[in-house]
Amino acid sequence: MQWETVIGLEIHVQLATKTKIFSGASTAFGAAPNTQACAVDLGLPGILPVVNEEAINMAIKFGLGIDAEINKVNVFERKNYFYPDLPKGYQTTQLEKPIVGAGHVDITLTDGSTKRIRVHHAHLEEDAGKSLHEDFHGMSGIDLNRAGTPLIEIVTEPDIRNAEEAVAFAKKLHSIVTTLGICDGEMSQGSMRFDVNVSVRPKGQKELGTRTETKNLNSFKFMEAAIFKEVERQIELIEDGGTVIQETRLYNGDTGEARSMRSKEEANDYRYFPCPDLLPVIIDDSRLEKLKAEMPEMPDAKKARFITDFGLSDYDAEILSADQATAHYFEATVSVSDDAKLSANWIMGDLSKSLNQNGMSIPESPVSADMLGGLIKRIKDNTISGKIAKEVFEVLWQGECSTADEVIEKKGLKQVTDTGAIEAMIDEVLASNAQQVENYRAAPEDKRGKMIGFFVGQCMKASKGKANPGMVNQILKQKLDG
Amino acid sequence: MYDKTIAEQSRALASGEISSVELTQSYLDRIKQYDGDINSFITVTEELALKQAKAADALRTAGNANAMTGIPVAHKDLFCTEGVKTSCGSKMLDNFIAPYESTVTGKFKDAGAVMLGKTNMDEFAMGSSNENSHYGPVKNPWDKSAIPGGSSGGSAAAVSALLAAGATGTDTGGSIRQPASHCGITGLKPTYGRVSRYGMVAYASSLDQAGPMTRSAEDAAIMLNTMAGFDTRDSTCLNHEVPDYTASLNDSLEGLTIGLPKEYFTAGLDSEVEQQIRNAIAEYEKLGAKVKEVSLPNAELCIPAYYVIAPAEASSNLSRFDGVRFGYRCEDPKDLMDLYIRSRSEGFGEEVKRRIIVGTYALSAGYYDAYYRKAQQIRRLIRDDFLNAFKECDVIMGPNAPTSAFDLGSMSNDPVAMYLSDIYTLSVNLAGLPGLSVPAGMANNRPVGLQIIGQHFDEARLLNIGHCFQQATDWHQKSPALV
Repeated sequence: MQWETVIGLEIHVQLATKTKIFSGASTAFGAAPNTQACAVDLGLPGILPVVNEEAINMAIKFGLGIDAEINKVNVFERKNYFYPDLPKGYQTTQLEKPIVGAGHVDITLTDGSTKRIRVHHAHLEEDAGKSLHEDFHGMSGIDLNRAGTPLIEIVTEPDIRNAEEAVAFAKKLHSIVTTLGICDGEMSQGSMRFDVNVSVRPKGQKELGTRTETKNLNSFKFMEAAIFKEVERQIELIEDGGTVIQETRLYNGDTGEARSMRSKEEANDYRYFPCPDLLPVIIDDSRLEKLKAEMPEMPDAKKARFITDFGLSDYDAEILSADQATAHYFEATVSVSDDAKLSANWIMGDLSKSLNQNGMSIPESPVSADMLGGLIKRIKDNTISGKIAKEVFEVLWQGECSTADEVIEKKGLKQVTDTGAIEAMIDEVLASNAQQVENYRAAPEDKRGKMIGFFVGQCMKASKGKANPGMVNQILKQKLDG
Repeated sequence: MYDKTIAEQSRALASGEISSVELTQSYLDRIKQYDGDINSFITVTEELALKQAKAADALRTAGNANAMTGIPVAHKDLFCTEGVKTSCGSKMLDNFIAPYESTVTGKFKDAGAVMLGKTNMDEFAMGSSNENSHYGPVKNPWDKSAIPGGSSGGSAAAVSALLAAGATGTDTGGSIRQPASHCGITGLKPTYGRVSRYGMVAYASSLDQAGPMTRSAEDAAIMLNTMAGFDTRDSTCLNHEVPDYTASLNDSLEGLTIGLPKEYFTAGLDSEVEQQIRNAIAEYEKLGAKVKEVSLPNAELCIPAYYVIAPAEASSNLSRFDGVRFGYRCEDPKDLMDLYIRSRSEGFGEEVKRRIIVGTYALSAGYYDAYYRKAQQIRRLIRDDFLNAFKECDVIMGPNAPTSAFDLGSMSNDPVAMYLSDIYTLSVNLAGLPGLSVPAGMANNRPVGLQIIGQHFDEARLLNIGHCFQQATDWHQKSPALV
């Protein structure tokens, strides 16, 4: 039997506001437990929420960024359930009237094709605190620093058909929210968390199969792995004569294990109702216009511009426009180097390799766009070869110098372009490799192309890589072919 | 001086006739003497009160006094007061000391008013008799076999028995007006959004509103001047200009049109109460007002609508009392579920549990449309009824309750009968309107109050109408004889 997978995603995105959605407490990550929880976050008797207008603005920007309808009257509701890290006994969220209505996100797949994924809606809500189960001698600790952190929950239509599309969508979303500056995009700190709804059905069948929801995946890799695992589990189950039951599942990225958390029957009745402590949020046209005017260039527009203005390939443009930091870095590098293609190659090549090896992101790079641009400029004007450039880059990365010119000067890496000096060196190489010269000259014309590589290599070695490879090639040819 | 109004005390303090310390001490003495029996206070903050009185006297000497400076008042025990227990009349919060001050009590503090203590109340403001308190029932100072009304029964009894110059109360379905009526004092429930709810332990958020409970309309105006105003910490508090409520107290009532809802004068109304209300209205005619019959066709529906909406909100508002962070926690919970179940079962009283269950049911999947949504639709109808009636009249008058105060214990086993007695007050909360109760006579030897309902933000007019009545009558000057 041929199976088709159907996937819908729910993504929690932590908004990059300074303070919480309903209180003035800080949202900074990593503080000591309960030091960033005020009376409102603790749910003390008598406290009242006041909406953080910045969170509303960010949600609106998200809606504008995915071409969605903005609901000009949207309503906060209470989702009631008991849990120790939920201080008020309810989560303030949106249900019937979310702030962002239907929209869409276009993704590019590895075969170069694009696909439109529809977004059903996105709503604003507050995050819960954290329960800590270690180090409390049979009891649990509660950290309410995260309680009240503003989130938007983005819910897609079940338009996704496999893990590749899911990951492409997730990455695109990451790119959108970081470009908008509404999320720091730090996945490891939980700034974006994915819930994956998966079902399978025989190919050609119209009705959807029973779905499961795997919650709280916080990396693209885990999401991909969890989808593979769940699809495999469901197909095996059905092929063995079983049925999939609707349930919430957990996937442990470290062990690769997945397990059931609760079935539909155990699900809470959340008793949603409009929060009587908050008035409906009314968004007027002037606010909408102001936010529209503030919108940055979105990844799709940026990609198109990179292709037309810089002549980049679709693939390069996609990668370099994916997040704000990379795009900025690229454009800054080009403005110094004046060579888009070389800049793109260096950023996607040596720079990203070094960043990955050190677990760093672009803003943390010890080699700034200015430095890289300066380096590429010297490749372009033949001051150094591409090979020497890698050496220079390494020195810049180590922080020993602050410009490529300084490295070239200090280490004497300037390319040798003096014809006399190169000729003398070549003569020496030819003299000490008489046999090879003889072989070369005896060889037919069509074999010589390959054989000349040996002499080029010897010359570059002799010059410690500093000889201009183009000139070496040219002079060698003259001398050998005579 | 304890038998004088706030206005009179304020003048005496200004002239130096008495100090706030002396005035405060006289109330503290009376509380000691009489409150053992009446039980209107949960906490008496004697030391703090005298300290505040001293500070108030200093403020006055420095020339920085206002009408409330040095006036000893009591606060209903659901306003959070920093460092002083806020129990809400519940075992659940018997150990709760708020780390912050409510806006209302904070404003009195800033004005230099003296806090005598925190008053008894129905647990979490749920009740019409003040019998639902963990700290025992409050007795009506006029007749100790009678209830004082609720849920602000402690505040009403304290003011009535001259144990405080004035008090704060809160009114979700009549909890200021009905006890004011039963205890023969003046009580104002302001327009929803007039007074900040920040720091008031919530019962039903869309209905709760704080107001003054005093011995005269003039005193209510003085207290409201301190209480009212926009608060950025309460999103439902409205940014509406605050007038000087004392400025228009003596405006003429000539040409005032009083609406009498025909639905309020029916068989359910005690004939003696009705007589007192009719007498009061006749008094207004003498003052130049015209009387007109109006209709509030959906008046009866306020009871089912209220007893769905208020418990629904309460079931959610009271979820935070779970034994995890503050308040009562059961002994030796064996697991999380046990902690929740026993903390809540043991910490809440019967009426609170009843309303949590009703509210939880009303919001449940499959019942929401039939109950909660329907109740909200009725709420809109009730509001529209009032707005239509106000096209024909300036204010609406009627009783606060079908009877004067009933006997302690007489209804405690019949919660529905008690709910039905809220019929004249609930709709005012559902419509968000202001309502004033002023003493208007006695029925069956217990006080009766006249309810005056105004249009949104018409507090100044209501106080003016109440004040003119009190210039022409002396019901508000009568006090119970205490032994």
